Amino acid sequence: MAAASGLAVENSARATLDWTARLKDAVLAALVATLLALPLVGVQTYDIGGGALGIRTHFDWVAIAAAVVFAGRLALHRRQRLHRGGESGGETVFTRLAAWGNRRALPITLTGIAFAVALPFLPFSSRYLIDLGTTVLIYVMLGWGLNVVVGLAGLLDLGYVAFYAVGAYTFALLARDLGLTFWQGLPFSGLVAASFGVILGFPVLRLRGDYLAIVTLGFGEIIRIVLLNWSPVTGGPNGISDIPRPSFFGLPFARAAPEGVRTFHQFFGVEFSPAQRVTYIYFVILTLALVTNLFTLRLRRLPIGRAWEALREDEVACRALGINPTNVKLSAFGIGAMLGGFAGCFFATRQGFISPESFTFIESATILAIVVLGGMGSQMGVVLAAILLVSLPEFGRAFAEFRMLIFGAAMVAIMVWRPRGLLAHREPSLRLRAGRSATP
Amino acid sequence: MTGATELGGLLLAVEHLTMRFGGLTAVHDLSFNAYSREITAIIGPNGAGKTTVFNCLTGFYKPSAGRLMMHVDGEALLLERMDGFRIARQAGIARTFQNIRLFAGMTVLENLIVAQHNLLMSASLFSIAGLFGLPRYRSAERAAVERACHWLDKVGLIERADWTAGTLPYGAQRRLEIARALCTGPALLCLDEPAAGLNPRESAELNELLLTIRGEEKIGILLIEHDMSVVMGISDRIIVLDYGRKIADGTPAEVRADPNVIKAYLGEEELGKVPETTAADLHIRR
Repeated sequence: MAAASGLAVENSARATLDWTARLKDAVLAALVATLLALPLVGVQTYDIGGGALGIRTHFDWVAIAAAVVFAGRLALHRRQRLHRGGESGGETVFTRLAAWGNRRALPITLTGIAFAVALPFLPFSSRYLIDLGTTVLIYVMLGWGLNVVVGLAGLLDLGYVAFYAVGAYTFALLARDLGLTFWQGLPFSGLVAASFGVILGFPVLRLRGDYLAIVTLGFGEIIRIVLLNWSPVTGGPNGISDIPRPSFFGLPFARAAPEGVRTFHQFFGVEFSPAQRVTYIYFVILTLALVTNLFTLRLRRLPIGRAWEALREDEVACRALGINPTNVKLSAFGIGAMLGGFAGCFFATRQGFISPESFTFIESATILAIVVLGGMGSQMGVVLAAILLVSLPEFGRAFAEFRMLIFGAAMVAIMVWRPRGLLAHREPSLRLRAGRSATP
Repeated sequence: MTGATELGGLLLAVEHLTMRFGGLTAVHDLSFNAYSREITAIIGPNGAGKTTVFNCLTGFYKPSAGRLMMHVDGEALLLERMDGFRIARQAGIARTFQNIRLFAGMTVLENLIVAQHNLLMSASLFSIAGLFGLPRYRSAERAAVERACHWLDKVGLIERADWTAGTLPYGAQRRLEIARALCTGPALLCLDEPAAGLNPRESAELNELLLTIRGEEKIGILLIEHDMSVVMGISDRIIVLDYGRKIADGTPAEVRADPNVIKAYLGEEELGKVPETTAADLHIRR
């Protein structure tokens, strides 16, 4: 009894000590925040007329910033004290969510697909929502494509948007000059993008990590600048317009069809509505995304997918086992690029108009962020991250000015709490005994 | 050992191998042979050039001079002209590393399946048959898993087949790396300090394993080792390197009695003070 109370006293003493240290640390952090905030938000210039500038001060904003950092730092400490166990941390919402997701992977996937299929027919659905869903699905597909390169093969690619652009322009040019329809153009987009992936792959074979990232970044910019300046072919900054919309087995979605062609609503005898096309486009990308997912999941369980992962883990060991790293890398680049090209082809047909402006570095960064935030190599994580990254800014249009701030803060928060991504969990590509845990 | 009575054919002939790094000559005019069904050990003090020899053999370095000839199925392959991955694939040389190089994030079983990549890749018709799950690929995969299980059983890891490789204890990782090398179906197995960091019991188990492999698989084993109990206990032939030069080559008994070897390990002045039979053993206890 006495020992127990002694222990309690000691504990409380330690707690007090802990608290002072934590307060000290939080004050220090707040001080740094104040110093940073003073020039950044504390002082604002404005036009006082006649071209002269006046200075306005916003010390209240500085105070808010300091207070937020102070509180945040304290909260962070509490967390660290709770989870001193290690990098993976202890029980958080996300670890529990991830564990639950692993246990119930199949039902969750099926529910997700069912929801995605039903979305256009739900009572609260609207054209805006379906459009948003289409955008999310494009990013999901791009994320799954980039996942092959970054998540599986471990090759950091900052220029993925290049393949997206190549796919989009391939289809746009084929449609403009040769009159190909979406379904005819789709394989060519993938093929051309894949060739570009292999072309990029060759010079960067010996590079890894940071160096590879820089070269791929440059490649992405090269493609964009070529598109911007090669006016006779790509239309330069004006882009390419009047790209044909996808048709439903040859039935176009239009109010009035040209001679001899029946439109979708005539054929099915329903009232024409622009929503039909939007819904159809949504289902096209849903199908493409699901096929992409099945394709990459299947590849992961094949020798080629295992070789990608082995390459990510240890290239030297790969070579010692007789695996040709050149082929492995090029196949990863090629297949990742092909998937990006398919997505690009869809993007072109959905927008009806493309220009180099759609393929800036920020797109690459967003796709990469989706892969990294979702958890490298995790298919479900990509979906979650795409929904977060694409739809949150949409819902946050009310505070449009702060979108990038919120975006950045969310990234930092996720990297602090889930350094390996939202749903970082690797499912073995094959098991000796079904149902056993992969870890002890 | 009884190696002399069951000599296999010549597997590897190293002739006048020289490896220079700038002004430093790591290996100087080294010649030796390795035979199938034999365990050949390369020993020598730290920095003697043992691992450099391995790196030349497995294509990680291009030798400055010399010839490395590997005899596979009646064909002689010149290793110094081949890419690293082709050496493993065509010449049938598999190796392990001094600092273990497993695919740490993948499971034990996956590590062994990756080792059979080339076999499975051609069975999957470059992924096309695999993509559609054709029977041809399925049976190839089943065979690969069976081979993996065979080796997992041999190295005592079958119970942990679905563990992540990086979470295995050190000794188990060493054994897994050997199993992975064996899954490539090699003619010559090169082990770079397989007993490093093992306790005496694990070390004894390793001896058993290597002897079993030599007996059952009819392959040659080339071994770099510091642990004299391993080297002296199981080797059929020992090559001693010092400063990149070969100073002795022979059976364990011959090498143990060689004055040059004792000199290299113990230093000149101590020669004669130490019983020759234990000279090499003493090295590890100093």
